[in-house]
Amino acid sequence: MNVLTRMWKREWPLHMMLLPGLILVLIFCYYPMAGIMMAFQKYIPNKGLFGSPFIGMKNFQLLIEYPDIGRVFLNTIYIAVMKIIAGLIVPITIAILLNELRKEWVKRTFQTLVYLPHFLSWVLLSGILVDILSPSSGIMNQFLSIFGIKPIFFLGDNAWFPYVMVISDVWKEFGFGTIVYLAALTGINPSLYEAAEIDGAGRFKQILNVTLPGMMPIIILMLTLNIGNVLNAGFEQIFNLYSPPVYESADIIDTFVYRMGVQQAQFGFATAVGLLKSIVSFIFISVSYVLAYRIANYRIF
Amino acid sequence: MHHNKSWSRKLFLVCNFIFLAFVSFLCLMPIIHILAISFSSGQAASAGKVLLWPVEFTTAAYENVFGKPEYLRAFWISIQRVVLGTTISMALTIITAYPLSKDSRQFRLRTFYAWVFVFTILFSGGLIPTYTTIKSLGMIDTIWALVLPGAVAVFNVILLLNFYRSLPKELEESSRIDGAGHFKTLWKIYVPLSLPALATTGLFTMVGHWNSWFDGMLYMNHTENYPLQTFLQTVIVKLDFRFIKAENIELALKVSDRTSRAAQIFVAAFPILIVYPFMQRFFIKGIVMGSVKE
Repeated sequence: MNVLTRMWKREWPLHMMLLPGLILVLIFCYYPMAGIMMAFQKYIPNKGLFGSPFIGMKNFQLLIEYPDIGRVFLNTIYIAVMKIIAGLIVPITIAILLNELRKEWVKRTFQTLVYLPHFLSWVLLSGILVDILSPSSGIMNQFLSIFGIKPIFFLGDNAWFPYVMVISDVWKEFGFGTIVYLAALTGINPSLYEAAEIDGAGRFKQILNVTLPGMMPIIILMLTLNIGNVLNAGFEQIFNLYSPPVYESADIIDTFVYRMGVQQAQFGFATAVGLLKSIVSFIFISVSYVLAYRIANYRIF
Repeated sequence: MHHNKSWSRKLFLVCNFIFLAFVSFLCLMPIIHILAISFSSGQAASAGKVLLWPVEFTTAAYENVFGKPEYLRAFWISIQRVVLGTTISMALTIITAYPLSKDSRQFRLRTFYAWVFVFTILFSGGLIPTYTTIKSLGMIDTIWALVLPGAVAVFNVILLLNFYRSLPKELEESSRIDGAGHFKTLWKIYVPLSLPALATTGLFTMVGHWNSWFDGMLYMNHTENYPLQTFLQTVIVKLDFRFIKAENIELALKVSDRTSRAAQIFVAAFPILIVYPFMQRFFIKGIVMGSVKE
């Protein structure tokens, strides 16, 4: 008892400091977790969480029987995986090329320009994309018409939509991605390059044999941390750019949950779909953190 | 031989420069294009004559935008949420990171508390339960719904606590020997020393608040409570006629014409473009600090 009171005397200010944050997290993060009950209820807003009748696994059964659900999951994984891969290759390539520039201020200027789109919201970028990609007056189709290509409705065509998502996502994020890789590049010991040069390795050989191996730890780390994003295909982007004609190729779990829950008020069903996503994501993120810790000795705190 | 090699190297350097210049141009081009459209006449814009420079220069679109009370009101709400949201969030980040930066000997429950916070980035109740929580708290149509749910930014807390840990331990010890309590030590020693990290997280928080739109759409039932990005989402991206009164449809169509849309986009991006050069000074260090650690 005496030990506890001594501890309390010494540590109480630290507990006090955590209190406001803890309260907010309990209200806005942990209390909603109790709302997961809705997934097993026929949720009626007037009756609330504790008055609505439980219906067991019915919502999940509905989910399995829902005709489009397989496609929704496939779309999600397809778009997300393509984004992860492109989001690794493009920033790494650009970082290596930027690193080859000799003048520091040129490097800095290019770098500053390429990550500007990262700081604009998907609402604004979508407004811009809708304008540029418009089949009637967009600059993109005007450009293609020079080569005699007929106007393409990029955002309204199922054959194009997923790729437009990947490319526009790369456009927004690759510059930001280069920062981490550039930092890794500047950390490579210059004497390794000198040694390679003495061995007669050309610049290209040096990139292959010194630069890439030097970046490997960070590349592997980024790849593992991205495993947690396999079910995040980019709600903000797709929600702002999709429309009913492209649901077939564009509808992802998050947009599906939004339409079912918020627009059609099927709270129980939407929560069930969301819960499934949360659980799978939780497993993926946990595995990725464990892997990152094992492989790269990465720790969050 | 050697001469030959340096010649190919020069060629590579030139090609590399041109390629990277082209890539940088591609990143900016859409934004410049929109800016050019916003300063062009309506006819020139809809005829597709505008490329990267205004055609038939006019500021009519901007007069239109600034003459719209809905736009200005949404702009004002966004400013309010940025100021209120950043202040609350930064205060919480500072006081939450400090105890968590202690080791388990100084603060027994530290690891337990840290997991309580970290778990929230691993798992969430999901969209619908969060929405019903906000609703049952009576926060719908109030600014608190935009400010409080994300106020404890766990990633920022982690970034800052790692920064606190990198500070020399002697500083804290000497301050404690001088009789200063934890609160005083945090305020007099840790906060002044962590200003670069605070500037990074602060700017990120500001940009995050300025850019977020989904919470506004979810938690605001009345359009007059929309922050700017939510307003633009409904007016520009999805022209939603449910929000527009019948007698105003013609006006809405006129307002959402190409030049005016471009002007609204640019005005909303402007604050970001202003703080961007300042941000740039701090944040590279901040990101690298947060994502790559030894």
